[in-house]
Amino acid sequence: MSLFALASPSAPNKPPALHIPDGFLNLPISLIFWAITIMLVGVALRRSRNLNERQLPLMGVMAAFIFAAQMINFPVVGGTSGHLLGGTLAAVTLGPWAGMLVMTCVIGVQALLFQDGGLVVMGANIFNMGLITALIGYGLYRSMANRAPGLRLVGVGIGAWLSVVAGALLTALQLWLSGTSPLQIVLPAMLGIHMLIGIGEALITVAALMFIQRTRPDLLNESANQGGRGWIIGGALASLAVVLLAPFASADPDGLERVAEDLGFLEQGQDAPYQLIPDYTFPFLGETGFSTIAAGVVGVVIVAALTIAAVRLIQQRTA
Amino acid sequence: MQITYQPEQALHSSGIVQQLDARTKVIISLGFILSNLMLPDGAWVSFVLATLIVFAYSTFANVRLGFMLRRSLIALPFLLTAITLLFTVPGQPIAHLPFGSGQLSITDNGAIRFFSIVLRSWLAVQVAIILTATTPFPELLNGLRTLGLPHILVAVIGLMYRYISVISDEAQRLLRAREARSACLPGRSSGGSLIWRARVAGNLVGQLFVRSYERSERVYQAMLARGYTGDLRSLTHPRMQRRDWAALLIAAGVLLLVQLTRFVG
Amino acid sequence: MPILQIENLTFSYPDQHPALRGVHLQLAEGEKVALVGPNGAGKSTLLLHLNGILSGQGRINIAGLELNRTNLPQIRAMVGLVFQNPDDQLFSPTVFEDVAFGPLYMGLPEAEVRERVAQALAQVRMQGFENRLSHHLSIGEKKRIAIATVLAMQPKLLVFDEPSAGLDPRARRTLINLLRELPLTMLVSTHDMLMVRELFPRMVLMDQGHIVADGPTATLLEDTSLLEAHGLELP
Repeated sequence: MSLFALASPSAPNKPPALHIPDGFLNLPISLIFWAITIMLVGVALRRSRNLNERQLPLMGVMAAFIFAAQMINFPVVGGTSGHLLGGTLAAVTLGPWAGMLVMTCVIGVQALLFQDGGLVVMGANIFNMGLITALIGYGLYRSMANRAPGLRLVGVGIGAWLSVVAGALLTALQLWLSGTSPLQIVLPAMLGIHMLIGIGEALITVAALMFIQRTRPDLLNESANQGGRGWIIGGALASLAVVLLAPFASADPDGLERVAEDLGFLEQGQDAPYQLIPDYTFPFLGETGFSTIAAGVVGVVIVAALTIAAVRLIQQRTA
Repeated sequence: MQITYQPEQALHSSGIVQQLDARTKVIISLGFILSNLMLPDGAWVSFVLATLIVFAYSTFANVRLGFMLRRSLIALPFLLTAITLLFTVPGQPIAHLPFGSGQLSITDNGAIRFFSIVLRSWLAVQVAIILTATTPFPELLNGLRTLGLPHILVAVIGLMYRYISVISDEAQRLLRAREARSACLPGRSSGGSLIWRARVAGNLVGQLFVRSYERSERVYQAMLARGYTGDLRSLTHPRMQRRDWAALLIAAGVLLLVQLTRFVG
Repeated sequence: MPILQIENLTFSYPDQHPALRGVHLQLAEGEKVALVGPNGAGKSTLLLHLNGILSGQGRINIAGLELNRTNLPQIRAMVGLVFQNPDDQLFSPTVFEDVAFGPLYMGLPEAEVRERVAQALAQVRMQGFENRLSHHLSIGEKKRIAIATVLAMQPKLLVFDEPSAGLDPRARRTLINLLRELPLTMLVSTHDMLMVRELFPRMVLMDQGHIVADGPTATLLEDTSLLEAHGLELP
């Protein structure tokens, strides 16, 4: 999907990447990921409360930085170019929790100001691009924190690549579970493209860190000590999940679908999950044309009453 | 380079929507998007009604249709993820496309599903555009704060908004500097290796990072100079007016109507 | 053949503001020309056209080669643009890498790249700075390194946007000496009228998007009413 790097009329030129618009994920998936995101962001906020007041201007400006850095590209081959998403960079330079918060703000502003990513699906977008990327990127970086600088950079590079792949994997799964794309198609497509895009992410992230290491190494030392073993374990688990799930799912998408159906995640045919008036009729009238019309009339009457009440309120105000 | 993300003309016009509280507009927008999500596939009457509502909303908001249509292109690439539905949802084939050595059949259910997704997505983007075009961002942020967005996020987003143009301009100038020295001599291949190009891009990012970090230190000092001690103050948000409650009621009624029309056709 | 030939260059910014209205300009090889005028005259806009960063209507020829999309990479080898703010120009960690960027991009072999870097640094009197971090230099040093990054590409035309802005007297003096010594065709946009009088035999006065006067510096500087009418003062 990112091969068609559309220059949006208003936002700076960057690939559409993983910003899911509204309408592509169904309601249950959207709400589930909102719940997860709110929980994790809540934890990040609580952890960040203890940081000194210097953090606030830092996070604000860094959020603007991540947004701008996504504009920076390099030509790969043909007309394609490599870009930066920034989740790993944010987590490694600012610390994991602050990194998550910064990415949350970036994704939120992109959706609100540029319609880059939907509003109801924002929970999923924040999780895919801001939270998981920080977890995997920082986890792998932290696990190499006490090794030689070269190894550390390798850890970051792998983390950055894996974080992008994880984001793509999650997006593919969300699209599939919402009934928007068949797994057999969306999973290999998303994974394939983002395994390549992830290389760009890894290269730019590593090169950027090398630059910062040379110019202002003091900026990096602060973050290396935040976050304990939990991050290493969490990052390792998430990475393992991606590494195992992705090839398995690609190889046997039908198998995964069957599992999901058995577990009740997926239904044959995607109807809207909510039915306000059961069976479109009034039960006591039975299924006749008359009852359908009656339901419609009642509906119109309700709406009319509400509108009249509303207009009255406006009139009272202006009178 | 000016990043114009809020159309000045719509923001400063005196449409009805501009006068509504930010909270009202956020709730209406979310309600509208959720309502569309709850509509079943193929509820065309409802979708048409929703489209008319969006056009009416945009008229009240003095937002030009052309602007809305152009901005909605941003969701276009994602259509690719859904387009396979045309062919894969089981149903009666209604059209055939030559594909390679064979052909692909578009099924009726596939078309219903696909276009329903397209409509839901397009309608959601329209209403989000109207929200942005009628609400100055600081007001929007303040409204979100009143609706419950945590203080830290509000503060970070506020600062981000303030510096987004500055730092994006700086990124643009760095890119320009690279472009200005990207030359080629006749008879030679240019561009350097992939790894080198990536490293240069990384240098640009790193450079931007260090400059941004140092800018944030200056911002911090400026804040200190104005008495900042770490806690976040903000202005109280204006109260909801009668017109806000009226708008919410109308929206609820209208959305209810949309939901009810799903039974038609 | 003139090094620079601009014919009827017109350009408006996206917000409809017309910045250039039919600019005609010619520079012969070896000429050093000052471009002066009030802020908003269009000087920077004009300079940004010379290496294709901005693109308007009209014709621009560099040493006979017409400036268009296809020729842009070669034009950039011929026109060296030094921005006003050196921070806008230096993006690599070390001085060496910044100066080497242009030659490396052009695909030159390593030995030649090293030679060009050494030469360019010598021309700006900054030999020995190769391994210094650009970030940590003073503004005067940064300006000279920025010039070196462009010199390393061995351009035919050097273009400067406000080179002496923000420099202390010593750095300014160094810069003036440097500009005097460089044996290249130069177009320099500046507010520094003392430097104009000292260095540039020819002066081009711009206002409101077109060229108002173009002639010998000494003559033009005597026309106080002309200068005043266009927001300039003789120091």
